[in-house]
Amino acid sequence: MTSYLQIQDLHVSVEGKQILKGLDLNIQQGEIHALMGPNGSGKSTLANTLMGHPRYMIEKGNILLNGESLLDLSADKRARKGLFLAFQYPVTVSGLSVSSFLRNAYNAVRQNGQGEKKKPPSYLEFKRVLNEKLKLLEMDETFINRYLNEGFSGGEKKRAEILQLAMLKPSIAILDETDSGLDIDALRVVADGINKLAGKELGIAIITHYQRILRYIQPHHVHVMVDGRIVRSGGSELARDLEEKGYGWIKENK
Amino acid sequence: MAIREILSDDSSKYDFKDSTDTYVYRGKKGLSIEIVEEISRRKNEPEWLTKFRLQSYAHFLKRPMPNWGGNLSRVDFDEIYYYAKPSDKAEKTWEEVPENIRNTFDRLGIPEAEKKFLAGVGAQYESEVVYHSLAKDLEEKGVLFLDPDTALREHPDIFRKYFATIIPPEDNKFAALNSAVFSGGSFIYVPKGVKVEMPLQAYFRINAQNIGQFERTLIIADEGSEVHYIEGCTAPVYSSESLHSAVVELIAMKGAHLRYTTIQNWSKDVYNLVTKRAYAYENANVEWIDANIGSSLTMKYPSIYLLGRGAKAETISVAYAGRGQHQDAGAKMVHLAPDTTSRITSKSVSKDGGRTSYRGQLHVGKGASNVKSYVRCDALLLDEESKTDTYPYIEVGEDSATITHEATVGKIGEDQIFYLMSRGLTEVDAFNMIVMGFLEPFTKELPMVYAVEMNRLLQLEMEGAIG
Ligand SMILES: Nc1ncnc2c1ncn2[C@@H]1O[C@H](COP(=O)(O)OP(=O)(O)O)[C@@H](O)[C@H]1O
Ligand SMILES: [Mg+2]
Repeated sequence: MTSYLQIQDLHVSVEGKQILKGLDLNIQQGEIHALMGPNGSGKSTLANTLMGHPRYMIEKGNILLNGESLLDLSADKRARKGLFLAFQYPVTVSGLSVSSFLRNAYNAVRQNGQGEKKKPPSYLEFKRVLNEKLKLLEMDETFINRYLNEGFSGGEKKRAEILQLAMLKPSIAILDETDSGLDIDALRVVADGINKLAGKELGIAIITHYQRILRYIQPHHVHVMVDGRIVRSGGSELARDLEEKGYGWIKENK
Repeated sequence: MAIREILSDDSSKYDFKDSTDTYVYRGKKGLSIEIVEEISRRKNEPEWLTKFRLQSYAHFLKRPMPNWGGNLSRVDFDEIYYYAKPSDKAEKTWEEVPENIRNTFDRLGIPEAEKKFLAGVGAQYESEVVYHSLAKDLEEKGVLFLDPDTALREHPDIFRKYFATIIPPEDNKFAALNSAVFSGGSFIYVPKGVKVEMPLQAYFRINAQNIGQFERTLIIADEGSEVHYIEGCTAPVYSSESLHSAVVELIAMKGAHLRYTTIQNWSKDVYNLVTKRAYAYENANVEWIDANIGSSLTMKYPSIYLLGRGAKAETISVAYAGRGQHQDAGAKMVHLAPDTTSRITSKSVSKDGGRTSYRGQLHVGKGASNVKSYVRCDALLLDEESKTDTYPYIEVGEDSATITHEATVGKIGEDQIFYLMSRGLTEVDAFNMIVMGFLEPFTKELPMVYAVEMNRLLQLEMEGAIG
């Protein structure tokens, strides 16, 4: 069965301020979407809302995964249903090693919620998968001994997010500004990593306000978001037009 | 896994009681000259020690209750049994230990842990040590690991030479009390250059209601030697107070390395008022690794006197205070020699109205040049009701000292929880992982099995941390 995420007429406010004002978007497993828009247009708000951050209030609309509404589910349950968010600003958890965190998360997403607990994979099995993913992302093995995001450079944080994506194998992943703050070499490595993970099994929404990551990753669909709504959708040519003409052009032509 | 029972993944595991009918002796409640004399007489002590006890008792009576630290108003010295002797002597095999007591330590997992990774074990039940063992090879190298009575009998010179030289009875009211009625504890001597590779462990168990436990520990690490001592303690739950008041004296001679680890998990009706102090001579290294999880009130400030050039001192502590608990803990570093360094790391977690206090003292004496000292206290408050405070006292008599003091108070952020939950972890797991991470600078110092089980224990304590 192909997984699909449906966002329907989504209205969201934060601390009384309305940010998303009727947003519709469908993402299927196997597709790559690019969601572009100027700073402050509500991209991170959308990402956090999809994942179930308690600070974001849904005023209207619905979010469905495989036809089932996610609105009443906490973030951990959404994750176990196959949703993933790579954060724009991943937080630090001091004293928690990347490996111990990943081990717990790896086991957790294998518990599908209801009923009996599945037996977690053995440590050796976990370690084997982890080493494979580290290699795939050209990451050093010692990386996993560090504390989660503590003292990580911008590039390391983004790579750690992609490593988590690789380990947890969601069906739909939202990547919030995974390209920002990266120099060109780091960008290439991260983009390579995403390309290696993309495929039939994974639906991706790449959120970005530049198009530069799209030189490395070919999206099937491009959406432009302005002021809490998607104002235009198209193929990858839309990204190119945006690069030439800027967001002003879209705003004038909406 | 044996050590699981030491720390237990089920807190009710500590909460079982044995009958006191089989005790060899239990004195009357309350404290008097007669009781002090009776303890000394039953132990067949030499006259100097009887006198020492009586003088200590006199000092205890004179000395007012401390009016700082925690609330001591509910400590009733008349309601406590000062001496209870459960068996005839400290046995060398578990088979010889009376059956009900042996069962207790079995349930706590001690004999099993001993087989697996300890070089020696002392097990104290109420006032007396009921079991003592030491690996053969260490015995042959001249290592002594004994209860104080045996040490005094078999090695009177060395015992008397060091006993009460680090903490005299006049030090404080509870040191005086301990000096008057002390019974049980450990005596360790590690000869020059001997390295004790595996830890020596002492386990302290209070069984009956209103028992006072007053063990006395003296560890002498001779030049260039190394030893790691671990103590654990538990008691069943009663509705009235028990008192635990130990005195621990450590001596690390030139170049010795002495580590003392405590995992204190008394039930929540025990007053834990302990004096711990170490002397570190030239290039010696002393470490207190101290976890306070149980007790109603703990007042404990392990201190290290850096007496020789190049000595190093470290205290790493964790305090956890839940409902009705006050952990008033800290550390004291006294630099009296040049080129000495000290480091204090204090981590505390308060929950459900629990209170943690860090009380620390840093002293750099005149002539102690080039001292380096680093103090770091981090407190984590798990809810609005809970409290934490710090009382750092710093006296520096030398300009060349480099002193760093950092303190933080934190709460667990919504964004941290959300981040971990977005990876499939439940809210409780996310919460626990953040707290365990916070305590990691401590747990990483513990032998692996202890670290795992300490985390388990803390997770149990924190159950229901989320409203
Ligand atoms: N937690 C928050 N509290 C208050 N305002 C917020 C919060 N998150 C986002 N906003 C506001 O919502 C708007 C959209 O922000 P965001 O979703 O981060 O946009 P983008 O990711 O597209 O840059 C901005 O005006 C921002 O200030
Ligand atoms: Mg953003």
